[in-house]
Formats: sequence, C-alpha cells, structure tokens
Amino acid sequence: MTIMYPASFEYFSPLNMDEVLELLSKYYKDGAKILAGGQSLIIAMKLRIISPKYVIDINNIPSLSFINESDGYLKIGALTRYVDLEDSDLIKTKYPLLYEAVKNIADPIVRNWGTIGGNICYNFPGNNLPAVMLAYNARFIVRNLSGSRTISAKDFFLGPLQTSLKEDEILTEIQIPIPQPKNSGYFIKLAKRTGDFAIVSTAVNLSLNYDGTVKEAGIAIGGATNNPVKIVKAEEALVGSKINDELIREVGKIVSDVIEPVEEPFGPPVDYKKAMAGVLTIRAIKQSLKNIIG
Amino acid sequence: MQKVHVKININEKPYEAEIEPRLLLVHFIRDIAGLTGTHIGCDTTNCGACTVILNGKAVKSCTMFAVQANGKDVITIEGLAKDGKLHPIQEGFWVKHGLQCGYCTPGMIMAAYQLLKKNPNPSEEEIRIGISGNLCRCTGYQNIVEAIKYASEKMKGEI
Repeated sequence: MTIMYPASFEYFSPLNMDEVLELLSKYYKDGAKILAGGQSLIIAMKLRIISPKYVIDINNIPSLSFINESDGYLKIGALTRYVDLEDSDLIKTKYPLLYEAVKNIADPIVRNWGTIGGNICYNFPGNNLPAVMLAYNARFIVRNLSGSRTISAKDFFLGPLQTSLKEDEILTEIQIPIPQPKNSGYFIKLAKRTGDFAIVSTAVNLSLNYDGTVKEAGIAIGGATNNPVKIVKAEEALVGSKINDELIREVGKIVSDVIEPVEEPFGPPVDYKKAMAGVLTIRAIKQSLKNIIG
Repeated sequence: MQKVHVKININEKPYEAEIEPRLLLVHFIRDIAGLTGTHIGCDTTNCGACTVILNGKAVKSCTMFAVQANGKDVITIEGLAKDGKLHPIQEGFWVKHGLQCGYCTPGMIMAAYQLLKKNPNPSEEEIRIGISGNLCRCTGYQNIVEAIKYASEKMKGEI
C-alpha cells in the first residue's frame, strides 16, 4: 500500500498553449490549478490546504520558458526557472535587483525547479519577487481563451495570496522595462535563516542622469505587510534630486513611516519591522549607487 | 480514479507502473522501485532528505508528482557507487566523518553531486550555499563541508 498525501485529482499535461487555455476554460469553475514548478502548490496540496479537482501541468510547454530583450522590455516566460535567471549573464549584469532577489529565494534545489511565474502569481507575503516587480514597474501578459491582456505590477498584487489574475487566465510573460544608462538596483531581505521567507525585504531600482541627479527610482517593500507596497512617496523624494547621505536617511524615514506591518503572533514587533524597512532601504540605495558610480 | 501509466528510469533501470497522479516521486522511488536510500524528512521541502537528480538537476522528490518524471532519468543514492566502489562523495563522507545519524546523508550527497557537477572546484562558501537546501540535525555541517571538499579534490585527482 503506497502512501498518498494529496487528495485525488485529475491530471492534465498539455503540450501547447491552446490546450492549456481550453482546459482552463473548461475547468476553472471547479477550481483547476496550474502546476508550474510546484514548489508552493504541491506543498499546499500535501498539507491539504488546497485540494484542486483538476491540475494542469504546464511543464511540457517549453515556449513558456525564455529570457530575452525586445521592444524596450526584458521579457521572461512565466515558466522560466529561478536557476535559469540566476545563471543568465544578462540578468546578472543588467538586472542586479532581479538577480539578487532570485539568488536569495529558498535554496539551490528549490531554485532548480521553482518558476518566476509561480512566485508572482502565488503572491505569498514572504515571497521575494512581488516587491521586485513593483520596484521595476514591471507588467505581466496574461491569457485566456478569448485573448490576452497586460496588467501592470501595481494593479496585479491585491492582497495575501491574491492577484488580479482571473481564474480562467494564466500568466505567460513578465516584462521589465530595459534599464536606462547609469542604472542599478539592489535587493535585501531580512529573514530568520538563509533562504527563508522575508520578515522584511526591500527592492530598490535607481537610474541617474548624467549630472548625477536621480532620473528614476523604484522602491518597494515586501514581507512586512500582507501585500507588497510600492513606496511612491519615497520614490518622489528621490527623483530630480542629487543623492547625499541626508536625503538617503530621509527616504529611509519615509519608508518606515509609510509602511504598516502586520502584527504576527510569534513574529517580530511591528515597530521593529517598520525600522528595518527603512534601514534596509537605506542600505539598498547605497549599494545601488555604489554599483552605478563604482 | 484516474490512473496513469508511467515509466521512470532510475539509476539506468526502467520502472513501470500504473499510478495515481497524486503519487509523489519519492513514494514511487521508495515504494514502487523499492529504493529506500532516498529518505522522507520534513515533507515541506525544507530538509532535502529526499533529494534526487532528475534529468541532471537536483530536485526534492517529495515536491514533485511521479507522473511528472514519466520518461525521465532519475539518479538516487543507490546509483552512485559503481562496481562495488564508493563514489568519491560517498568516500568523502566516510573518510571525513560527514555523518552522525545518517538520515540526511543521501540527500546531502545528491546535493553535493549536483554542486560538483556544476562547480567542480567550489569554495567553502559555495559548498555551504550548495547544501543550504539540506538540513542536518547532528553534525553542525563542518564535517559535511570537509567531505565535499575531499570529494572535489579526489574527483580532480588530487588525493
């Protein structure tokens, strides 16, 4: 007798996108789930937190896995695995914010199989990538049987484990604007141990003008709150200004003031998370500047 | 109940069965193929005791359905020793006392196997990152790191 942890489900392994969309449209009302890397979904199914009746495995659709730059965007297929992002010279050299965030997801074995699309669609508060997507002003291409639409990151993340993806839709592509010259970014995560979910994480993306003033700034905080937060006030404080230590401290303070962390029964105090959001942002801005100026 | 016919090559030997899609890869390996060297530890993808190599990539076999490995190649701890001779990583764990209770060892060795395939000459820090998905509750990792260092040198022919 073999042990089986998850509840029974019907399994589909489509070989192209048309099949995926047809299956989704047929079964979404019965709570069909897309299985990508499964590094969150399968655990939730084993623990019987969820028991979908239908599972649509997209692992046999290689066209959902790619990394390229075109039409002003870095385009990443939703099924692209963390390890492929981590091993990509393009990501390492031109998208340091994404690189740092991916490198700090779980552990190398999980990163071999987990996918960027899964991380974003799951929108677990401790995940690294939702805040990164906000800081980059990324956008997502989603599809259903009747067509496709584009959702900006700021409209995508709705709350813990909630996104604006409809039940019959699937995320197919992540698009990050190709960085301006004199751009860099950084991601820092405060966690109990390496690879754990974030207590607080900060994602910073900066572009400077040639006179040294800030052209563009993206700042977002993850982990501390139920949903990743883009700190627009902090971004506005930076844009157009010449960065100095005083301004960076000021931005850190804005972040600490704006953020409203969740009280957790066994977690660190809210005030600590507020303070750390500011501190990590200060460090991430300094590191980004160092990367740009050298 | 849906049943799927799968054939998985484990350590270069095919195993076929009619299974339910909900069967985890680790249970296929242990219960159907009878290869109990692959352990089940935490069940939440934390501990890495169930690590195997699937088509060249280390995966946690408790976080994958067996049906997903259909037609693919799996290497488990039983597949490392050849002709009665330990693999250099196994030898390293023996020589450097890289285990105490031994529960995490098969997963540790499979993680090290992938690490050394990708990076034959890892620094101590790279070794520690390489096994960060595998938990040991006995030794404090020092001897495990030494064992992997030993294996890396042995595989380069230095020992």
